[in-house]
Amino acid sequence: MNRRILITGGTSGLGLALVRELSARGARVAFVARHREDVERVAREHPGTVGIVGDVSRKDDIYPIATEVIGNLGGLDALVNNASSLGPVPLALLGDTECEDLEIALATNVVGPFRLTKALLGALAASAREGRSPVVLNVSSDAAVSPYAGWGAYGASKAALHHMTRIWGEELAAEGIRFISRDPGDMDTQLHAIAVPDADRTTLKRPEVAAREIADVIAPIAVKAAA
Amino acid sequence: MIAASVAVQRPADARLLVIDALGTPREIPRRDFVSVLRRGDIVVANDAATMPASLAGRHVATGAPIEVRLAAARSLDLRDDARFAAIVFGAGDHRTRTEDRPPPPPLAPGDEIALGPIRATVERLLEHPRLAELRFTGTRDEIWSAIAHHGRPIQYAHLPAALQTWDVWTPIAAAPFAFEAPSAGFTLDWRSLGELRQRGAGFATITLAAGISSTGDPVLDARLPFDEPYRIPVPTASAIRRARLSGGRVIAIGTTVVRALESAATRDTSIVAGDGVATLRLGASTPLQAVDAILSGTHEPGTSHFELLRAFAADATLARMSEALERGHFRTHEFGDSILIERSRDAFPRTTSPHQGLRGLV
Repeated sequence: MNRRILITGGTSGLGLALVRELSARGARVAFVARHREDVERVAREHPGTVGIVGDVSRKDDIYPIATEVIGNLGGLDALVNNASSLGPVPLALLGDTECEDLEIALATNVVGPFRLTKALLGALAASAREGRSPVVLNVSSDAAVSPYAGWGAYGASKAALHHMTRIWGEELAAEGIRFISRDPGDMDTQLHAIAVPDADRTTLKRPEVAAREIADVIAPIAVKAAA
Repeated sequence: MIAASVAVQRPADARLLVIDALGTPREIPRRDFVSVLRRGDIVVANDAATMPASLAGRHVATGAPIEVRLAAARSLDLRDDARFAAIVFGAGDHRTRTEDRPPPPPLAPGDEIALGPIRATVERLLEHPRLAELRFTGTRDEIWSAIAHHGRPIQYAHLPAALQTWDVWTPIAAAPFAFEAPSAGFTLDWRSLGELRQRGAGFATITLAAGISSTGDPVLDARLPFDEPYRIPVPTASAIRRARLSGGRVIAIGTTVVRALESAATRDTSIVAGDGVATLRLGASTPLQAVDAILSGTHEPGTSHFELLRAFAADATLARMSEALERGHFRTHEFGDSILIERSRDAFPRTTSPHQGLRGLV
């Protein structure tokens, strides 16, 4: 069956790798990102995908995103909340973090995924009733668990997302919707380069590898028995 | 009754008037509606989300301002058909009563209408100057993007504040195929779905593209409801069959569910899964094949919604209901209070097909 999948933050890093991997696997992919030019370029490069311009941190964007996604795909079997904000850039100690930067991290990493999940819950529950095993995968981080100095806004918001994912899972298990919080590892992405400009890129995981691992969870390739 | 003028889907004090199979009314808090369920019953709801189907724009040839309210479609999927039946108004917005809205400039086939980022062409008039078939120009992505960003939920003058899409999506809203909210579904929340399961009742959904509920024009209103495409998933048809076999009741959340299930009911009363178009107009002479009870809003006599209730209960019972609603100052309209009517014991037996009955009449 063709999995119908929405990926937020789909024009760079892990999100872009997921668009590529999942559409190659035959899934029907929609993705969201903030900048129109990027969305149009990625949609052009991946024929058959639905590119949606929107910002998950903005309340007013959530329902237009949901309307476009489900209108186009006819339903939804997987949601990947991948779009993330670091908070202050460059990273800052909490004592040096502007409240507004913390708010942006919370809006993007916690409230946005909450709103989008809530708007799409009906579609995900419908998918469950049809036996399509819906899943919400929230992209987490080791910073959600370990208190790294300088990662306060990001770490606190990802910790909240991680915990919220577990509560969603408890509450909606009976509806047949699975929730997964997943730390893809330190990847060689734009976001990582902004956070840690002097990182040795050769030690970082390639986003394509992380995308394959996630795709194996949300859209496993059917294993065909040898003839 | 009092018009509910605030867009709150589940007010804490929402009321439910329950009319049992003997026609006896009693009132309970609506949040406790699952208390009427028995083990083996199945609750069926319409999971259509509501598209923001009111599009403001202008008639290109004259420059006149226009409001298009998408009112019905032929199919659940725009891939099949980007044509809609639409009610077209002249200048103004929802704050003016539809009865008082000026007509659009005279429309003719081929006329272009600019609706924000997208254009539509008048294909033909549907036997009325305010009802046209429109075809959108653009890809499916472009059409959905334009509706999602430029459209507003259809609303009426009893609700002065502008509705947002989140006001009109039921908690279970899935695909945005309805033109107006299947508002009986506002009753449901995730808590009540959990409680329902704990009571041993089942829950299933259909999708019906609920059409426009009012046009402000008596001639057009008499044609409502328009034909509505629907889909009945295989698991829903199976769950209803199982409930029936175990003696459970089929409880429809809203008139749209009754319309879909009765349209899909066969002569032997089983439900056929799949896609269809609901053309039935249910009323006093329609024998119910599929549904045992309905949860719905509080409707005024004379509306098509009230007509449908006449399939469930005798006129005397409905008159008692209306009197109780009036006397008890229940709230009406989509964000108002609700009723639940169980099919009367003396209503029509399940013998003949409603399709056949209707075909004989038209």
